[in-house]
Amino acid sequence: MKKKRILAIVLIAVLLIGGLGLAQAILMPKYINDIIEGRLIEEYYDNAGGNDVIFVGDCEVYENISPIKMWEEYGITSYIRGSSQQLIWQSYYLLEEMLQYEQPKVVVFNVLSMKYNEPQNEAYNRLTLDGMKWSSYKWDAVQASMMDDEDWITYLFPLLRYHSRWSELTAEDFTYLFKTKKSFHQGYLMRTDVRPVTSYPTATPLADYQFGENSYKYLDMIRELCEKNDIPLVLMKAPSIYPVWYDEWEEQMEDYAAEHNLMYINFLELIDEVGIDFNTDTYDNGLHLNLPGAEKMAHYFGKILQDTYDLPDHRSDPEVAAAWQEKVDFYHEMEADQYRELEEYGYLKSYGGRPVDESKE
Amino acid sequence: MLFTSYNFIAFLIVIFLLYYLVPKKFQWVLLLAGSYFFYACAGIHFLAYIFATTVTTWWAAKRMTAIQQEQAAYLKVHKAELDREQKKAYKAGMKKRTRHWMLACLLFNLGILAVIKYTDFMISNINSIFHTGFTFMNFALPMGISFYTFQSMGYLIDVYRAKYPCQDSLPKFALFVSFFPQLVQGPISRYDALSQTLYEEHSLDWNNIRFGLQRILWGFFKKLLVADRLVVAVKALVGSPEEYTGAYVVLAVFFYAIQLYADFTGGIDITIGIAEVFGIRVTENFIRPYFSKNINEYWTRWHITMGTWFKDYIFYPISVCGWMLKLSKWSREKLGKEAGKRVPVYLANIVVWFTTGLWHGASWNFIVWGMLNCVVTLVSYELEPLYARFHEKVPAASGRWYDGFQAIRTFWIMGFIRILDCYRDVPLTFHQVGTVFTTGNWGSMFTGISALGLGAADYGVILFGAVMMFLVSLKGRSGSVRKQLAEKSVPVQVIVWFLLFFSILILGAYGVGYDSNQFIYNQF
Repeated sequence: MKKKRILAIVLIAVLLIGGLGLAQAILMPKYINDIIEGRLIEEYYDNAGGNDVIFVGDCEVYENISPIKMWEEYGITSYIRGSSQQLIWQSYYLLEEMLQYEQPKVVVFNVLSMKYNEPQNEAYNRLTLDGMKWSSYKWDAVQASMMDDEDWITYLFPLLRYHSRWSELTAEDFTYLFKTKKSFHQGYLMRTDVRPVTSYPTATPLADYQFGENSYKYLDMIRELCEKNDIPLVLMKAPSIYPVWYDEWEEQMEDYAAEHNLMYINFLELIDEVGIDFNTDTYDNGLHLNLPGAEKMAHYFGKILQDTYDLPDHRSDPEVAAAWQEKVDFYHEMEADQYRELEEYGYLKSYGGRPVDESKE
Repeated sequence: MLFTSYNFIAFLIVIFLLYYLVPKKFQWVLLLAGSYFFYACAGIHFLAYIFATTVTTWWAAKRMTAIQQEQAAYLKVHKAELDREQKKAYKAGMKKRTRHWMLACLLFNLGILAVIKYTDFMISNINSIFHTGFTFMNFALPMGISFYTFQSMGYLIDVYRAKYPCQDSLPKFALFVSFFPQLVQGPISRYDALSQTLYEEHSLDWNNIRFGLQRILWGFFKKLLVADRLVVAVKALVGSPEEYTGAYVVLAVFFYAIQLYADFTGGIDITIGIAEVFGIRVTENFIRPYFSKNINEYWTRWHITMGTWFKDYIFYPISVCGWMLKLSKWSREKLGKEAGKRVPVYLANIVVWFTTGLWHGASWNFIVWGMLNCVVTLVSYELEPLYARFHEKVPAASGRWYDGFQAIRTFWIMGFIRILDCYRDVPLTFHQVGTVFTTGNWGSMFTGISALGLGAADYGVILFGAVMMFLVSLKGRSGSVRKQLAEKSVPVQVIVWFLLFFSILILGAYGVGYDSNQFIYNQF
């Protein structure tokens, strides 16, 4: 009798936990064809390790630099850990987490997120944080990022956040219930379409140009983390002409880099040297670069990084080269897909990508 | 801390675990600490108010009991020496002393309530009548002040009436006043009922926990699936009165009736369920109110503890007080037997409904709401002979269908009176209700319903929730639904548990994208 009772309790517990797990798996957004950036952070875990260069930052890194091109030209292994409106403290905790997986030779941080001193938006938080595996780094990132109306428990049990998606479920939610799609190239989001710059932004005066204390606190933490791990830190400002990068902000970054003896490159001042043509190299009027633009950036920046930090050319290492050849093949396959779509439809219907059949867990 | 917040659920889990871990004699102490912590979360400075009410009421009741005991002891010792008149005079003197304590305490505590809750209402009226410019005080209303004040004053009057002796322990009395599940929106418990289980030592009892959790889940179901969804449409309908007239007013009445029922009874379900998990019995506050066949029955089924409070502590005292008896006698003499006997009934009803309205809120809409209830009550009273004659002549007007007709009639009458809560403006409410008879927009209502901030999925969930509430109410007519469920096989019980739990978890209106809605009765 007692045995039967225990069995019943165990069965009910299994059904309950299984039901909760299944409900969560169904209701979590899959980011397969819409807002695919939502999968950027998660995809790192399949590619972790062996990268000599780590880029961290927001969309100004994951849309503006092609690591595959950098590999093809210089044999540099690199990865971009970036997501939409990735805030500086998120970059810090993501970097801290990455250092558990690998020991890069250089870390590059894009400084645009210095302008955000406080949490900004729950939806963007989700794009960055939902994809992180559970660890103390995720906990700290969640605590640092939450808006007033957010609860940490919804990051622990995302079902509490996404339960209301029951009325928006599509076939995609069931098709990709236990699998996902591979869409990125070492954290780079490929776009081959073109939408040229038609106007340049006017710099609306700000009440205060000073970067906030919190931003500086995390910039210091990133620097100290790199120093502690004996990794050179490079600061960059990507060549995006929107949003405006103020001269006052530039001064603060130049001062910071000089004070701490860091390399700082503002690519907005190197448009011609990089060879960027905003008539052909952007897909959204200058906010982000498209594939040709990102490859130009990889070509220019890769040389600087290799020359300055004496990065090895791994193309001569057969094991690494074989692994990267797969990445290169996938890159060109998607490139071809996208150009085909552009020719066929006149716009990008999908971003391409390959289904990953195995279970995510 | 909202009942529906993660913090409250975490708080509840911690209190529950500690409750059954600490030595049983400290269980009530833990509840007291938890209740004060819960109250402090609403604003630590508010503790001063509840503490003041607790201490003054406890002290006054102690003094009254001491006087009553002194009286009993004196009469016992001097029984033989005193004649009837002397005893009567002595008792009257002692009664006067107890009354002084009671009145002083009532004055102090109702004074606090009056000042905090009604000062701005008074200022607003003075300003509009005398065209003065007194500035508003904007006192912050301590959480549950109307509930704990009335509960404490009920205790005080009961002790004055020597219904039971006072509670000697201040901490124990403080727990009676502040018991956290009922602090937010009642019920208004009676000391003699609640104290039976409040201070008892409780062992972990599977039935208490199972029944309590079921009741809590059922409360969450009503609140999160129905009330917190419908509130969006109600706010839209009431927020643009010039746009939503005629048929939309009928819709607002209907929606608000369901929303308020789901909200208030849901909150009370959670309250009773939490208490039950601790082994404590809290008085029921609702018994299928929308099945009521008339307004009198409605008020014995809706917010029962408030209705009985007003009946016991206002209606009866007024009906039997000296001046009322004199007035009754005078009116019978001057106006005749029939008209004369109505005078005390009418007066007592007017006072009760006026104060009931005022208790709900410091604004004219609540007072008019109370007075309309009074009018309907008295009209029903006057029409009783007419109904009796009608039933005599039409015996077919009875049975299930007629009961249904009466329930629907009562539902709509109460619904139209209640809509004053929503518009919060008396002339506007009357105007809006008037448009029901002048605006023929019934057709457009069916298309306009989709523009009220709710989609088809939301209406689907509301319909599902409302149907479930109706079915459970029907089932409840033949006894406790939870007991009926407990008699079913284990798989059936597990399926019901799962359905309830997953319905709340997935279909509930909570989290980002939804406004966290306070329970409506929290504001009172």
